[in-house]
Amino acid sequence: MMKSDFWRAFARNKGAVLGLVILTAIVVLAAFASVLFPGDPWDMATAPFQPPLSEGAPLGSDMLGRDIASGIAHGARVSLLIGLTSTAAALAIGVTLGALAGFHGGRIDDAIMRFTELFQTIPNFVLAVVLVAIFTPSLTTIVAAIAVVSWPPLARLARAEFLSLRTREFVQAAITTGQSNSSIILRQILPNSLSPIIVSASLMVATAILLESSLSFLGLGDPNAMSWGYMIGAARTVIRQAWWMSVFPGLAIVLTVLALNLVGEGLNDALNPKLARSRG
Amino acid sequence: MTTPLLDVPLLDVRGLSIALPPGADRPLAVDNLTFTLNPNEILCVVGESGSGKSMTAHAMMGLLPAPHVRVAGGSLLFKGRDVLTMPEAEQRSLRGGRIAMVFQEPMTALNPLMRVGRQIGESLREHTTLPPAARRARVVELLAQVGLPNPAELADAYPFRLSGGQRQRVMIAMALACQPDILIADEPTTALDVTTQKQILDLIRAIQAERHMGMMFITHDFGVVAEIAHRVAVMRHGKLVEYGAASDVLNRPQHPYTRQLIASVPHYIEHRDDHTKSGAPLLVAERVRKVFQVGGGLFRKSKPVVAGDDLSLTIHPGETVGLVGESGSGKSTLGRSIVGLIKPDSGRILFEGTDLLALDRKGFRPYRRLVQMVFQDPYASLNPRHRVGDIVAQGPVAFGEDRGRALARARELLAMVGLDGSAADRYPHEFSGGQRQRIGIARALAMEPKLLVADEPVSALDVSVQGQVLELLDDIRKRLNLAMLFITHDLRVAAQVCDTIAVMRRGKIVELGTAREVFTHPRDAYTRSLLDAIPGKAWHIPDDLQTAKAEAH
Repeated sequence: MMKSDFWRAFARNKGAVLGLVILTAIVVLAAFASVLFPGDPWDMATAPFQPPLSEGAPLGSDMLGRDIASGIAHGARVSLLIGLTSTAAALAIGVTLGALAGFHGGRIDDAIMRFTELFQTIPNFVLAVVLVAIFTPSLTTIVAAIAVVSWPPLARLARAEFLSLRTREFVQAAITTGQSNSSIILRQILPNSLSPIIVSASLMVATAILLESSLSFLGLGDPNAMSWGYMIGAARTVIRQAWWMSVFPGLAIVLTVLALNLVGEGLNDALNPKLARSRG
Repeated sequence: MTTPLLDVPLLDVRGLSIALPPGADRPLAVDNLTFTLNPNEILCVVGESGSGKSMTAHAMMGLLPAPHVRVAGGSLLFKGRDVLTMPEAEQRSLRGGRIAMVFQEPMTALNPLMRVGRQIGESLREHTTLPPAARRARVVELLAQVGLPNPAELADAYPFRLSGGQRQRVMIAMALACQPDILIADEPTTALDVTTQKQILDLIRAIQAERHMGMMFITHDFGVVAEIAHRVAVMRHGKLVEYGAASDVLNRPQHPYTRQLIASVPHYIEHRDDHTKSGAPLLVAERVRKVFQVGGGLFRKSKPVVAGDDLSLTIHPGETVGLVGESGSGKSTLGRSIVGLIKPDSGRILFEGTDLLALDRKGFRPYRRLVQMVFQDPYASLNPRHRVGDIVAQGPVAFGEDRGRALARARELLAMVGLDGSAADRYPHEFSGGQRQRIGIARALAMEPKLLVADEPVSALDVSVQGQVLELLDDIRKRLNLAMLFITHDLRVAAQVCDTIAVMRRGKIVELGTAREVFTHPRDAYTRSLLDAIPGKAWHIPDDLQTAKAEAH
């Protein structure tokens, strides 16, 4: 019953449905990359600088004769992987700290929030660049760096939710019936605060993909993983001779981020009880 | 007054229907409603929540949430002209000019960033050609008329500096600014304390009589109706069920629904027989004191607010002690201290001889079971994501009870509070307010407590549901020999259920005695003013309804 309500509210937002369709297509592309484009995307497939629609390279090839289409398909894996894992890591850090701060309040809250502000005062991207540069670029360090720079907003959000839910009567009832703090946090408050957190997490996946692309563009990507940011970065010197080298990966990023934002907005409509009209 | 005014009613509502969006619980919020409002009369529109009484007023003021809710048929004639078919500009000049409205919630009805005087002056600027200086003089005059002290100074104040009662006076001044023919008041005293309510009702009555306005007064409280109504319209599920002169409807109600509503009105003269105290006291509160630190931060000093001072109180097994007071009197502070949600600064709370305040977290845990709480807001007190059966069983499970056994017991308890067996598998949002409050009671009973602290358990419920929940509490109390601390702002409710009454004011208990003593021979001046402010105390519920009610018990 609640589930069908959710889908009805989600489907009311046409953009969200479109976003979901695009996102599904990208996920399918990533999942079947090795079937659609067997072989290493780093390998030479055809002659260098082939324009789109040429033999062996439907979207053209780069200066080393690598297939752009294959790069985009394999790059989708890396982008989605980094987007999802770094968001998951940021969620783990942010929600834990925010929940503790919001639930306990007082000194614990003060301490955690000052710590959070410390991270918020440093520009995200600069910190990510520094972290990746120090710990040598690899998928793990990139994910870790993106997670480290993106958890503070989630912590603030979780804290605000916990602060307001903590004073609600059902939480007080849980206290008077002798439930432990951890059970109150995990079973009573967390499920009720998930909606806004899910919404901002879905948007954060998009930000993480952009961050990874920016890092790769600067040459701080994982040297063994083909990624959209790396492809654009490599293409920038030859953008006038071979526009397809940067346009197609760029389009892939735009579409993915757009799809994620549309889905996030749809989730917001469906999960936010203030907007969902069907609930009452 | 000219003759046509006497022939044509001020307001003539004919067959008004208001449609709700598809998917709502009923197709029409207001169904074929017909009534009239004459000059110099107060018409009370009475009904429970969802009866469509506010919708009618909102339709008149153009406040319906279009396009979801719209007028589906009928007409609203103001002095013979249909408001609904008028051009928008004309409707606007009518609203605020000829028809004015006072809202329920004075705390949110004023713009917090605008000085009081300017807010009142707005409608003068909109509807009159007065120059600014004259507007200002009129605002001060209006503020004086609604009985506010220092009107000239008050006009420059921001709303946050005013109390709830003062804000409601400002709202009334605002409504009166253009000398309207009709004043619509939508539950204008519901959010106010009982003594403030009396003052506002007196003011409204005086102003109406002085200006010969037609007034539509929306309320759910028959006590208030008895205080001010000339005529009464009773609404249920969007339909008018009874309509007539106040004395007829109040003293000789015809429709079964009206009779049921009036029968469930708690009446303050009925109080219980004295409770015979037996055995050692279950709970003794001694000189409990709690000071809240408000505001403050790293570099600011916080401001102390005394919520409870020198509070002493004894509860015996099987006794119901009522804690009565207006908002901010500290009654909830004491209740929450006893269940351990608040830690008082000093004093002792002895439960069967053990000082609960001296115990640490672990030591206090066994007592959690014995002292349980029923909360005020049935919509906030149940976790919306959990099934009702789980909600009831969670407490015992936390104390190590087997989950299957706890769930089985939860079903029994839900049956005991009058819900059917399938309730355990459903979610809270599928239940009405009264049913949710029953779930809250079952949750408390699952712990097998000896003392139940009920914090305004019926104040969020409609009067007919209120009666049922009070009966349930009383029944359970008798069956399980429970002691109860019953916190309420409503003396009529306290009279119905309490053996002993403690009256609180500004953090202190000013009077403590048996219900009979307190209601018949109040010693404290404040208690007397509280009793005096009970709306409709001069009205006696018709005898045949009284006996019907006594039999139902």
